[in-house]
Amino acid sequence: MKVDASNPLWRFRGITSTAMFFFAYLYLPIVVLIALSFNENRLATIWTGFTMDWYVTALSNDDMLRAAQNSIVVAISATVLATIAATLAAMGMSRGRFKGEAGVSAMLVLPLLVPEIVTAIATLLFFVALGIKLGLLTVILAHTVFCIPFAYLPIRARLEGMDPALVEAANDLYANDWKAFRRVTLPLLWPGILSGAMLSFIISLDDFVISYFVGGAGSTTLPIYIFGMIRIGITPEVNAVSAMMLIVSIVFVSISFMIDRIRY
Amino acid sequence: MSEVVISARSVSKIFGSGGDKVTALDSVSVDIFQNEFFTMLGPSGCGKTTLLRLIGGFEQASSGQILLEGKELNDLPPFKRPINTVFQSYALFPHLTVKQNITFGLEMQGTSRKQADGRAEEMLELVRLAEYGDRLPSQLSGGQQQRIALARALAPAPKVLLLDEPLSALDLKLRKEMQVELKRLQTETGITFVFVTHDQEEALAMSDRIAVMKSGEILQIGAPREIYEAPTHRFVADFIGDSNFLVGDLVDAGAGKRAVKLAGGQVIALTQDVSDQRSGEVTVSVRPERLGLIADSEAGADQLAGTVSTVIYFGTDTTYQIDLGNDARLTVRMQNGVGANADFAEGDRVAITMSPDAIRVLAD
Repeated sequence: MKVDASNPLWRFRGITSTAMFFFAYLYLPIVVLIALSFNENRLATIWTGFTMDWYVTALSNDDMLRAAQNSIVVAISATVLATIAATLAAMGMSRGRFKGEAGVSAMLVLPLLVPEIVTAIATLLFFVALGIKLGLLTVILAHTVFCIPFAYLPIRARLEGMDPALVEAANDLYANDWKAFRRVTLPLLWPGILSGAMLSFIISLDDFVISYFVGGAGSTTLPIYIFGMIRIGITPEVNAVSAMMLIVSIVFVSISFMIDRIRY
Repeated sequence: MSEVVISARSVSKIFGSGGDKVTALDSVSVDIFQNEFFTMLGPSGCGKTTLLRLIGGFEQASSGQILLEGKELNDLPPFKRPINTVFQSYALFPHLTVKQNITFGLEMQGTSRKQADGRAEEMLELVRLAEYGDRLPSQLSGGQQQRIALARALAPAPKVLLLDEPLSALDLKLRKEMQVELKRLQTETGITFVFVTHDQEEALAMSDRIAVMKSGEILQIGAPREIYEAPTHRFVADFIGDSNFLVGDLVDAGAGKRAVKLAGGQVIALTQDVSDQRSGEVTVSVRPERLGLIADSEAGADQLAGTVSTVIYFGTDTTYQIDLGNDARLTVRMQNGVGANADFAEGDRVAITMSPDAIRVLAD
């Protein structure tokens, strides 16, 4: 990439080393974590040799697998529900103006800014007040709520970039509103919807605080399980599980970004 | 004239409510005939696009009626009107190929695949892009996209084709080409075209009739020649081509004829029937190319005379600014043809020749 010479920061001699330092600061711990997941030694900090054993151990740990399964069930359910809600919200927000539109727009993305612990406690109290038994269902509902803004933003961005005359053109060519949506709006929105869904999936898969508060017996998700493992002691098995989660995250986020770049 | 296809009756459209109401159309009535190239011409904000969108069904009239072949259209959504539109942005579906774009309307109408494909081929031939069926719209140039938008809108054989400033995104050369192309398509298909533009040249070149609009009203409807040579309003005379305006008093010239008397005392005879106009101050317009100059010495008694104040040579013609005195000025454009004798210099005294039918008394 070419650098704009007029950028005053580039006249600072130490720019390269400073940048390298910060990247190391960001990524070195993750590199170490992955490296140690291949460490033969039970004590995570002393390197004695290469092994894949910890991955085998992790993948044959029934509790771990159950937690992973919970995580995936929650993530998929929350993603589907949140993406549908976000698509409808984006469609509603895109057609014409209405009173208080700015307020509604802000409320839609506000969950991104509210401290997670506040949301977690509020949601917990809400479920308790309603007398809903804590379990997988409550976790799914809570995840759906905080996934909506993540799904909403890329879908909204797609809609904003869409020529409003396209829907009019479909209407003009004898497509009723539903057909115009199915044949024109939806296909053009797909990249945004998929990208939003993938982000939602990762955010849900990753979530600890809310899952911890609103979960009950039998709804342990992967991050909560890892937290439990760490309390017993950091073994390379934790590293192996974390490394696998990281890979899943990277794959999904990369796909999400690539889809979002699709242009017609 | 042939049958009326589209009829607007006292159509008004008011946008917004309460304090910030905007009247886009103010009780507009117009009849558009079968097989006609009808143009709505005016500056931006004159209501031409609003009227087009009302005909297309994209907006609802605040009051009044829009009829298609005598049947009221007001409550029909766009997809139930046998009217198609070429949008200003073309609005080609970017995820569909050129062919799929063209068959879209037919498919929605329930035409069989085979028939729709055949029709698409036909349309591609018509717009001379037969080889481009499998491309995506993004792989076409602006002019080609324009043709595909036309093909798509014409494919379902609508009763009326609406065109919303479709040439405005093209460069000058392409625009000229497309003007010819549009006229050809209209003649070949026999479909009524309703065309919206702010470009007066475009309107004059293509239209059978032009409606000149200003602030939500139609000022004048007529054939291009009529609009150009016999404008009824100052706005029309000013908006289309160049015009000279003179202010004077409408007076009787005897024998039932009337004339305009300028402030300097010069009298211009009229052939236009202005019997419905009261005497008093009026504005008249005359096109610069309908005027001629002769030397002052050859002038008759009641001819307009003045002094040449500016001479501008344009090659094919020369423009003279003539000062008539009393703040009255005329621009005279004379062609520099073979044997043209007009050769006046600044400061020369000249007399102005004009045919009385070139003088138009304007409504305002």
